[in-house]
Amino acid sequence: MANSGYDAVSHAPPAEVGEMELVHPKTFVGKYIWSQDAKVIAVQYGITATAIGLVALVLSLLMRLQLGFPNTFSIIDPASYLQYVSMHGMIMVVYLLTALLLGAFGNYLIPLMCGARDMVFPYVNMLSYWVYLLAVLVLASGFFVPGGPTGAGWTLYPPQAVSPGTPGINWGIITMLVSLVIFIIGFTMGGLNYVVTVLQARTRGMTLMRLPLTVWGIFMATVLALLAFPALLVACLMMLMDRLLGTSFFMPAMAAAQGHDGGSPLLFQHLFWFFGHPEVYIVALPAFGIVSDLVATHARRHIFGYRMMVWAIIAIGGLSFVVWAHHMYVSGMNPSFGFLFATTTLIIAVPTALKVYNWVLTLWRGNIRLNVPMLFAIGFLFTFVNGGLSGLFLGNVTVDVPLSDTYFVVGHFHMVMAVAPILVIFGAIYHWYPKITGRMLDNRLGHFHFWVTFIGTYAIYYPMHYLGLEGVPRRYYAYGDTAFISDSVQAANVGITIAAFVVAAAQAAFIFNLAWSYFHGREAGPNPWEATTLEWQTPHTPPRHGNWGDELPVVYRWPYDYGVPGAEADFIPQNVPPAPAESSAGGTGGGRT
Amino acid sequence: MANNVSAEDALGPGLRGLVDDWSSDQRAFKDVPWSKAMMWIFLLSDTFIFACFLIGYMTVRMGTTEPWPDTSSVFALHVGQANIPLLLIAIMTFILISSSGTMALAVKYGYERHRQATATLLIVTAVLGATFVGMQAFEWTKLIQEGVRPWGNPWGAPQFGASFFLITGFHGTHVSFGVLFLIIMAVKVLRGSLDDQRPGFLTGRRGRYEMVETMGLYWHFVDLVWVFIFAFFYLW
Repeated sequence: MANSGYDAVSHAPPAEVGEMELVHPKTFVGKYIWSQDAKVIAVQYGITATAIGLVALVLSLLMRLQLGFPNTFSIIDPASYLQYVSMHGMIMVVYLLTALLLGAFGNYLIPLMCGARDMVFPYVNMLSYWVYLLAVLVLASGFFVPGGPTGAGWTLYPPQAVSPGTPGINWGIITMLVSLVIFIIGFTMGGLNYVVTVLQARTRGMTLMRLPLTVWGIFMATVLALLAFPALLVACLMMLMDRLLGTSFFMPAMAAAQGHDGGSPLLFQHLFWFFGHPEVYIVALPAFGIVSDLVATHARRHIFGYRMMVWAIIAIGGLSFVVWAHHMYVSGMNPSFGFLFATTTLIIAVPTALKVYNWVLTLWRGNIRLNVPMLFAIGFLFTFVNGGLSGLFLGNVTVDVPLSDTYFVVGHFHMVMAVAPILVIFGAIYHWYPKITGRMLDNRLGHFHFWVTFIGTYAIYYPMHYLGLEGVPRRYYAYGDTAFISDSVQAANVGITIAAFVVAAAQAAFIFNLAWSYFHGREAGPNPWEATTLEWQTPHTPPRHGNWGDELPVVYRWPYDYGVPGAEADFIPQNVPPAPAESSAGGTGGGRT
Repeated sequence: MANNVSAEDALGPGLRGLVDDWSSDQRAFKDVPWSKAMMWIFLLSDTFIFACFLIGYMTVRMGTTEPWPDTSSVFALHVGQANIPLLLIAIMTFILISSSGTMALAVKYGYERHRQATATLLIVTAVLGATFVGMQAFEWTKLIQEGVRPWGNPWGAPQFGASFFLITGFHGTHVSFGVLFLIIMAVKVLRGSLDDQRPGFLTGRRGRYEMVETMGLYWHFVDLVWVFIFAFFYLW
């Protein structure tokens, strides 16, 4: 049973492939601008994604101003409100979360955690970032073209996305679609790198079942992205043709006034959600993986049920391709589809709940260290369970129909796929910043950032569930004197807006912390969290180009040897061979629970 | 331990090898170079693109209330006194499938380090591919002259022209890029870059004869996709 993964082995097989050849540029431009080093590319991705994400944050604040204090701000008219909704959604989902979790964390962590010197195709990896940057610039150009960006909502449903009356149908929709096509091309370049590196470029002794769950999550999310983005690419190309060449893929006879005839708007919705639902897990699976490592490291305990966690990631990935039409219960598709897709949707709750139980059982009787990353990880557990439970309501057709297009939906998906992954991203930044820069982030600012963000997001999104049950529709500019909307709705909206501004202000403390600690933070040392995974065992901190010194690390054990009985420290890194007593006993015993 | 051995034996040698490879360290696909693994995964992703195109085309074709143009007369060539249905497409398909044969031979000679033969076959493949694209351009020209546009045509549902130009255009772009890379590869083979493993101009990666096979995977994929387009667009 040499490869069971839980047992430490005393020797690793010989190397199968030769050393990776790396380009070592001498100039500043070669090292940090046109860099082929995955770690530099990761930081480039991170900075770009954060920058465009801040734009989307400002857009959400503008929306909240309008909703909290209608008729007060003359700069926000109905058209620009819809444009804020659309750009906020698309930027946050695709250009921030996907780029940050896969482009930034994937690039930084995959080679280090697999024990590789770099990604397998460094040049293509570099191109991936620059194509992504181009996509961001094209997207941002939408703010400056005549008519402004598209106001079709982030789902871009036709026929309204290209019909008169919707803001941005002249230029905004074109920049949006072109930007998405460019993004998909750039992502494919990066994604191929991540998948091949995980499959084919691991170090000696690193079996798939000894990979940290972070790598498993990012790997599976990349596979999903490579198979889901094609549907979005096709939808974008077809809609571009509808808009530019006057074809009628998606434009039905009701758009005959513009010369269209006989297309299928439902086809777009199917294509979009065939991408859109896996996209939820493209964001969630890396978060699942990262939070597993945060919880295990800071609770000083092996992850509970490692194999189940891996298979749950794979099962969720597979199932995510057969649930897309649960976004379309009210679209007018064949009603019998609803039954089928509600069933598959609820089945996904099984592997997901399994993961939640395993995280909680990992914490149970652990030696919990409430470091800032751990706070964010625990915050994620609460938020994800909350968001997941409201998903059970929306997954059922009969409950979804009255709740559809209300603030209940907004509250649900912000809890489960906006706040939850963002909390993990914050936790991950606090966790890996010492490795990236060599310095710790400030602890007090971190605590302040966590508590304001965690409590603040609940203050924002919990009341939205109530608004939804009241029947308040989403994406409305103003509600006026609508009879069924009670006065308390306006009070809640004021409260939400105030909470949103407090949370946004707290992010300034985080940005300040990132910048200040880079120069003045406490020296971190190579392994401040006493973690077992390979990225903490590099000869230099921060790791240099090529990651490892002359010798690649050799892996002898799984990544969760925490709290090992009889060991000197309470953890054993993956690249430490077993002590004689340990191997004669047939294993560490640590993973057998 | 004994139980495990017998359980693995029950899988049979093929499956046991699969399990062994995937539970091993370093590589899941033994003896597969990185570029080849990358190409397979890229082609899987590309398969999803063409599948979405074809499913989208079938959806609009079945959804439209107007009659679909009769493909066997639309795609007929007037030769001598008769209209021969699908003649041009038959020739195009024959040429593209033949180019897969020359590509496969190029891979074989590449692994035998037969520089001249490899380069010649790569160039023949490129010429066949370029001929295919040329005939496609002729077909587009003919249809455009007969009044087919992306937004309409003289015979029926406007989705006919939209699907036709989008799908054959996307496939033709694939073939064109393939021709470009075939030419680059032929130059590399001819000047011996793959024999002395010279680093590439842009990427700095060393040339190896596996590159020819990776190129071949792409080319065969483009041919295979054409078979589906032929079946679903021209024959249906």
